[in-house]
Formats: sequence, structure tokens, C-alpha cells
Amino acid sequence: MKELLSGNEAIARGTWEAGVKMAVGYPGTPSTEILETVVAKFPDLYAQWSPNEKVAFEVGIGASLGGARTLVTMKHVGLNVAADPYMTFSYTGVGGGFVVISADDPEMHSSQNEQDNRIFARFAKTPFLDPSDSQESKDMLLTAFDISEQFDTPVMLHMTTRISHSKGIVELGEQQKPEQTKFVKNPAKYVMVPGHARGRHAVVEERRAKLADYSEQTPLNVVENNGSEIGIITGGISYHYTKEVVPDFDYLKIGFGWPLPLKKIAEFVKNHKRVIVIEELEPFYEDQIKAAGIKVEGKQYFGVCGELSPARVAKGLVDAGLLSKAPPVAFEPEALFPRPPVLCPGCPHRAPFMALKKLKVAVAGDIGCYTLGALQPLNAMDTCICMGASIGTAIGMEKVDGSEKGTVAVIGDSTFFHSGITGLVDAVYNSSNVTVMILDNSATAMTGGQQHPATGTTLMGKPAPAIDIEALCKGLGITNFRKVDPYDYQATHTAIKEEINKKGPSVIVTNRPCVLMPKRIMDEPYAVILEECTGCAACFKISCPAIAASDELNERGRPKAVIDPTQCTGCSVCAQICKPEAIVLQSQLVKA
Amino acid sequence: MSDSKFDILIVGVGGQGVLLASEIISQVAMDAGLDIKKSEVHGMSQRGGVVSSHVKIAEKVYSPVINHGQADVMISFEQAEGLRAADWLKKDGLAVVSRTRLVPAIVTSSKDFSYPDDPISDLQKKVKRMIPVDADSIALELGNPRLVNTILLGVLSNYTPFGKDQWIEAIKKRVKPKFVDINLTALDRGRKITLETAGAAE
Repeated sequence: MKELLSGNEAIARGTWEAGVKMAVGYPGTPSTEILETVVAKFPDLYAQWSPNEKVAFEVGIGASLGGARTLVTMKHVGLNVAADPYMTFSYTGVGGGFVVISADDPEMHSSQNEQDNRIFARFAKTPFLDPSDSQESKDMLLTAFDISEQFDTPVMLHMTTRISHSKGIVELGEQQKPEQTKFVKNPAKYVMVPGHARGRHAVVEERRAKLADYSEQTPLNVVENNGSEIGIITGGISYHYTKEVVPDFDYLKIGFGWPLPLKKIAEFVKNHKRVIVIEELEPFYEDQIKAAGIKVEGKQYFGVCGELSPARVAKGLVDAGLLSKAPPVAFEPEALFPRPPVLCPGCPHRAPFMALKKLKVAVAGDIGCYTLGALQPLNAMDTCICMGASIGTAIGMEKVDGSEKGTVAVIGDSTFFHSGITGLVDAVYNSSNVTVMILDNSATAMTGGQQHPATGTTLMGKPAPAIDIEALCKGLGITNFRKVDPYDYQATHTAIKEEINKKGPSVIVTNRPCVLMPKRIMDEPYAVILEECTGCAACFKISCPAIAASDELNERGRPKAVIDPTQCTGCSVCAQICKPEAIVLQSQLVKA
Repeated sequence: MSDSKFDILIVGVGGQGVLLASEIISQVAMDAGLDIKKSEVHGMSQRGGVVSSHVKIAEKVYSPVINHGQADVMISFEQAEGLRAADWLKKDGLAVVSRTRLVPAIVTSSKDFSYPDDPISDLQKKVKRMIPVDADSIALELGNPRLVNTILLGVLSNYTPFGKDQWIEAIKKRVKPKFVDINLTALDRGRKITLETAGAAE
């Protein structure tokens, strides 16, 4: 049986084939579809979203120690959040096989940085596998569970956006039925107090030596001989980019990426006139190979920033003198207007940012759809670092600012549960004058509307208690608490203006659901009375995709506005800010 | 690179149905027993930004990403995006471009940017084999704006190594049963649009 699957869908399939009992994670592009596919296609398997990656990883540890095969999924920066348990779980080792998916995002298609998490695997002294397509994603996941159990170690499966989101043909397999053991008390192995951990560190070093032997033997590290004098050492998606350009060179394809098979590499280099290492982002393989005294070339031709592509590989090989010229490009690229992502029509985040812009306060931002509030033409967010960073950042700014006026932190509901709560505890504890806006749209919207602790449902679609944000904030000691309808521009503006002038921390919750998910909201659309529209462009500046320039011009030759009724959700925000009152409900336009 | 290679780049704006179009093409190729890979980027780009999907078909496909300047066909759901993506096409590549015009807020709200007056004729000056398609008006005529997708696939289907029946089978597999008939009508309408009927010089 064959199916066309994305890397993420192949991992979901592999999760089922491996007999996994626990699949747990936090949504994050490009990893999100793994668990979504697990619950959609394999409902017998238990899967859950946890509030953040650290908790997900720890739930995974418990399941593994309980004897079950366990999959934990997250994006690359999620592993920063889960780094604490990861580093020490390496010491204790596993019960049932444990695989963590690190879905990296070279080129930052949907991320704040492009850190190379292969380095993390080495840092934690755990092996990682580096699939190059969908088939390998599934096959290597199965092997990863075997390695985890054989060597008593967590294993990382290193994915990148192009592997996760590319589709290829996958041969399906049968489901394994691994025997589930029970948790066995063993404090010297599982209780990492100094006396025990010292002993375990030595075990980790012994394991590293055994894994290095395995790396030399495993077919995951394979030499492809095509009779060339030129050798390429590569892995992951870079293997396919390079094969596309120079299929007839010799290859040492690395599938088991740490520890490296240094003997095999030395032999490969000895047998070739020149050997080039081609890898995305950091010179991770290259540095280790060079440190072992083996002569290779690499990053000098390919660079460290951004993702590779067949074109970049070709250019690098031309620079290395190994290719006479890159394939010709017939048409010059056009210099056109940009088309950045924008908040959707009717997005409840729009009016809060319009108000913040007007109030000219410092706004510490966070990670989610609302990060788009930082872009033109709203330009109403001043920082974006990582999940949950807004509140701490706003507290720090406010503490050194010296003025009476508070700063503002803007955070989404899912991000608040992820890692905003501790920031709010800090604001109460240290009496900060910060105003925290929780833009509650009842979804993890940017990644596709996933459930979270306040949505009232679980990943598997079961009802769950919805955590009450108001009760939580008040329980922490927030006294300046208010809810505001973000479709009411003036009320939102007033709420922020009042709260930033109050002493002590304030919380403002905006409470309209995402217009797309879980239910598409489409109320009666608004329309422009062209005779009334003055072409002032105020509505253009709120960046609503439903509002466009019409062909009608005002006396100064500027276009009047028009609203696309198929896109307008009827949120009314543009009508509220239209001074000549030219925007009305469509039914009123007909009457007029 | 195999001689049978056929690389298709599909571009549009988030929400236009670019991803479904590439699913159907992939299904056709897979059913024909060829190797296929396709690649796209999800996440932030979906929010009204540019969406692109690379579909690569051959006896054996390596990279899921098209080599820049080597696409055999480029399909665009939007005029200016077609112009933007033209540099992906090989010299004698075919462009199928919907006349849909979506001007983003960043252009309407700022004096720094402008939308080209006539991207279709700009493209025609560049790309010899170019088929502009009134996909929106045909879709409306057929009663469903979402059919733009299948109309463009119909145009494409005249220029692929696959027969009409193979396209019909793929649509039956990938489209909800109650929408199959209307999509087959849309496919047929698209198939009538060729380089010759569109008035372009071959």
C-alpha cells in the first residue's frame, strides 16, 4: 500500500506503526500536523496537547518511564522550552522508547529564529536521526524507537520545514505490538540528585561510545559509489537538493547524525580527491569532521543563513569549481510590491492594535497571529522575542522607564497558558505598573486553531474543563481586571488608556473568538456609500483585506474605498472609525 | 534529472485554494505510476500572504523544491503573483494566469508601493507561452467562485502527459461527492482554453 504523505503525516503513520501509546506536544509550525493527523487517522492512539513544550516533554517522560513507547512533538524553539527536562532525561534514560520530534524552520517561514537543533541533540548527548523525505521520516521514526530502547536514551528525529511540509510517496507498513512494561522503581537511575547523577553521567559517556560504534555500522549512514573523484557528505533535505544538481558524484549520506561515523568519513575522504560537506544552517558535521583532523570543505561555499535549495547548492558547487555553471534562469525577477501576511477580515485583534497605535505606548509583543500587529500599516507592537516574553519584557521596560505611564504587554490566550502566567505572577509580586492585554480568541489561531486549556475541548475532541482566565488572574492578585469587546473600538481605546494610568498591574481581556476557527464567522457585511466617502484613507490604514481602493476618486484624485462583501465579516470596526459615516450595513445601503 | 520531469509551480494568495490544486495534480501523477513530490509552506504565510506550491513529477524525483528557472508550467491564481513568479519558469515554459486582481492593504494604505497597471500584458511581453484565464467570471457563471481552482487545472490538463480520464478520476478522489459534477464541468470549461483559443502565439 502506498500513499502520498507529508513528512508530518508520515510521522503520524509511523507513530501508529511503532505501537506508540502516548503522543504529546504543543502546536508550532512546522510540527503541528503530526498530532492532528494522529487523532484524525488513528483515534485509538492517545494524544494530547499540553500547555507548553516543557510540560509535554515531561508528560512524555512519565509515559516512557511507565513503559509505553512515547512520541513528543514540537517546533525547534519549543525545544528551548523543553530543554530543562531534555538535558536530564538523557541521564536517566528511558522506559518505553522515547522520540522527540524537533521540527526546525530554516528560512524562518513561520518562526522568530532559525537555530539548528542538531546542536541540541549533541548538547544533550542523545542521538538524532536526519530523514530526507516522507518515506524516511516514517522509517527512521521506527528505527529511532529501536535505538531508544536498545541504548536506553531519548532520541531526536530532526525534521525541517521542507521535510515536514513536502509530500512524497510512502510505502505503508504493519503495526508493531511492543510489549509495555510497568514502571520499576530505581532511584539511582531516575532520581537525579547529585550522588545519583554523577554515576549517570558516566553511563551517558559509555553510551556515547557505544552509539559511536553503532554509527559506523548502521545502514542509516550509507555510501553511494558512482565512481566519482568528488565526494559529498550530506544529510536531510540537502541530500535531495544536491542529488538534483549533481546526481553522479559519490555520496556519504548521513541519516544517523550524532555521534558521527568518523571512521567511515575518514575512509570516504581518503578515497576521494575532494570532499564537500553540504548541510543547512550551521557547519555541524563540518566542524566535527575538521576537529577530527579530516580534511573537508563546506560552508565557505554555501553560507549559514537561510534554507538551501537546488539553486543555492548549484551556485556553491560553481564557487567550489566543481560545476562549470549553474542552470540558466531565463526570466529576471520583478521588483514588485510586497504581500506580507495580514490580520484576517474581522480579526478581533485589529481594533486593540489601532487603539495602541493611537495611544503611542511601548508595546511588548508575543508570538501568535497578533504578532502581525507589528507590521505595516498597524505598526503597533515594539518587541517580539519568544513565547510568553511579552509580560516580562514589559515589566523590565516599565521598571527602568521612570515615567508614571505604564507599559503594555500583548499576549494571546494560548501563549498566556504556555508561558505568560509566570510573567503575570512577576507583575503582581514586584508591583509592576504593566498593563497586560490578553487577546483571547479562544484558539491557538496562528497554527490552525488548535485546542488549549481554556477552549473546553481536548486534542481528541473530548470535552474538558475550560480554565477561567478571569478567576486565574484574580486568584493571582490582579485587582485591575476588565473585559472589553474588541469590536468596540472606543471602549477598547478607553480601557487601555485608563489601565495604563493606574498603579499596579492591570489585565484587559478582549473576548471575541477567532473569525476562522473553530467556526467561520460571517455576519452581514458592510458597504461604502460612495457619495459619502471622502477618500480620507482612514479605513485603508486599519489593514483589513476586505477593504480595497475603488475606481472612484475624490477631488484630490485619491481613491474612495470599497468593501468586498464576500470577505467582510461584519465586525463593524471600519464603520466606527469612518468620520463621514460612509460605511453602513449592506442592507442600509440598499435602502439609501 | 530524468527526461520525463515535469515541474509545476502554483502560486496565489492565502485562502485561494492553491494547496487543493496541487493535491489534485499530485493525485493524477501518482495514479499514473510516476514519482511525485510536492512542497509548500504553511503557517504565517497563509494570512493573506503569497502562497506557493511546488509539484515535481518524474520517474524519480529528488528535491521537492523546483530548481529556480526550471519550471515547465507556472499557474497563478492572481495576475501580479503570476508576474512575480515568472522567473521560476524555464525559457519555453508555460504560464497559466487567472485575471484575478487582489490589491493588498499595504498598497492601498501606503504611497511607497503600487500595483502594476496591467500585469497580464507585462507577462505576455516576457513569457511567450502564456494563457490568461477569466477564471473568476467563468466560476461565477458556473455558480461557485471556488471553481477557479478546477478551471485552471482544466487549462493545465491540455499540457500535461496525462489524459482527460486521469484528471476526472483524480477529481473524483479528491473532491467531496456532491461537488464532483460541477468540478467536472469546470474542468471541461478549462480544457477549452488553450494557447490558440486564448489568442497567444505558440
